[in-house]
Amino acid sequence: MKHAAAGSALAAILLFFSGLAAVAQDASEKEIERYRAMISDPLSNPGYLAVDRGEVLWAEKRGTKNVSLETCDLGLGAGKVEGAFAQMPRFFADGGKVMDLEQRLLWCMQNIQGLDTKDVVTRRFSGPGRASDLEDLVAFIANKSNGMKIAVQLKHPKEQEMAAVGEELFYRRGGVMDFSCATCHADEGKRIRLQGLPNLSKPGKQPQDTMASWPTYRVSQGALRTMQHRLWDCYRQQRWPVPEYASDSVTALTVFLNKQAMGGEINVPSIKR
Amino acid sequence: MTNVSKLAALQILIGVVTFSANASAQTAAKAPDPATVDAYLKSTFGKAPPEWQARIEPDETLKVCNAHRNEVPSAEADKIIKRELAKVAYPADGKLLGNWKEGQKVANNGRGGQFSDPEGTVAGGNCYACHQLELAEVSFGTLGPSLTKYGKDRKFDPDEAKNAYTKIYNSQAVVPCSNMPRFGANKVLTEQQIKDLVALLFDPESPVNK
Ligand code: HEC
Ligand code: HEC
Repeated sequence: MKHAAAGSALAAILLFFSGLAAVAQDASEKEIERYRAMISDPLSNPGYLAVDRGEVLWAEKRGTKNVSLETCDLGLGAGKVEGAFAQMPRFFADGGKVMDLEQRLLWCMQNIQGLDTKDVVTRRFSGPGRASDLEDLVAFIANKSNGMKIAVQLKHPKEQEMAAVGEELFYRRGGVMDFSCATCHADEGKRIRLQGLPNLSKPGKQPQDTMASWPTYRVSQGALRTMQHRLWDCYRQQRWPVPEYASDSVTALTVFLNKQAMGGEINVPSIKR
Repeated sequence: MTNVSKLAALQILIGVVTFSANASAQTAAKAPDPATVDAYLKSTFGKAPPEWQARIEPDETLKVCNAHRNEVPSAEADKIIKRELAKVAYPADGKLLGNWKEGQKVANNGRGGQFSDPEGTVAGGNCYACHQLELAEVSFGTLGPSLTKYGKDRKFDPDEAKNAYTKIYNSQAVVPCSNMPRFGANKVLTEQQIKDLVALLFDPESPVNK
């Protein structure tokens, strides 16, 4: 088996992180960084199991048309997977809108495969005993941009609109706590309880390191997660309503964050707490 | 007018039009118009229950904070303080200090207001998310200043205790566009919970002052 080491590595990670709460802050942040680097290899990162599953799903014939996704155009031409994720979200003329990878996959499932995506969307976030096709496909496709730099497209007016709206949403306060993304992500070296908060308000290393490391295998959840899930969870902490999966505000925020992260070198799936 | 000069005039006209169209396109990219932002919000949160949608409708104060990204000019700042101060309700009996032991629980509780919380969840103040309080609690955030020895440092002055009540009830009545939630004004915490928190800060027996 290709990923035989994954189980034991996982046990080690869990042990490491359960001791974390007591340790606290700066020193442990460095430890995490070192540890992350150590286990960012396919043999010990369980996220690569999702990559393998995604590769199978990509080639599987499904839907009323009984075809695979292999002719899906992710922006670089039909079926071209290498490097596509690095340039997403982007405008797709056939769909007439800017889409992130998850929106694009749903579009291709519907339009190329003739697949009713209701079940796929129900399983958008995996849980115990419930795999997520979308998480797996994102893992596979994003992994094919490893070593490449984030180069989100900002030429089309709709792409520019997305970036501008995303920035606006980043600073928009609301909910019973009056929070916005900026409440937690616009200052240097802050943390909430013991969790370090990246400053995503300025372009540069912090947004680069952040955006270039998603999708990620989240040890605390025992699952591979995508940016859709991360922002869903942040809106939860922000005390906002449930954001609709694969909807425009989430994509707009992703465009804005990738704009801040321009040039970051992708290495995914990563592994995080 | 000759045809040539007509043409020149037309070109100038077109030039002006093109120029201003460009300029407005650029400003649009900088700050999108509110209707566009609303359309995005609707596509993402439009299916939420009406009471949830009402929560993300910015009130007068948040509108100003959003427009200035919290860096409000002083004239606006004064208006915010006035408006928010009017929302603060003080205890009828004038007693501001509750029970610090209960205050400990409120300060530690980060639940409430999240879409994952079951209906009827009692909300906490989540003060430790942003503040250091008791030294014994090592899991604290740093978005706000440390509040250790808060009452002791202020010589347990009753006026200072009242200021703290005001601050917790409505942080923006003190600091316009503060990142701290308006716990009382937004009905996150009850009057009793806020009194218990004031006791956590101002009771000489409270571990915050040890
Ligand atoms: C109440 C605080 C809070 C708010 C509000 C908030 N976040 Fe977060 N965010 C967090 C925490 C905590 C983490 C996890 C950090 C960790 O795991 O160390 C996080 C993580 C993230 C990450 C991943 C960071 C990484 O290094 O992997 C991104 C991206 C992000 N947030 C974006 C946003 C956006 C966009 C918004 C607004 C929609 C937002 N956040 C609102 C607290 C918040
Ligand atoms: C999202 C972060 C956040 C949370 C949660 C929060 N605060 Fe604050 N608090 C701040 C910030 C930022 C400041 C400093 C700016 C200001 O005064 O508004 C502050 C200031 C204060 C001050 C004034 C400090 C001084 O300089 O005299 C008090 C008192 C206070 N907070 C109490 C509390 C209590 C009690 C709770 C829990 C009910 C709480 N805060 C929750 C962010 C927060």
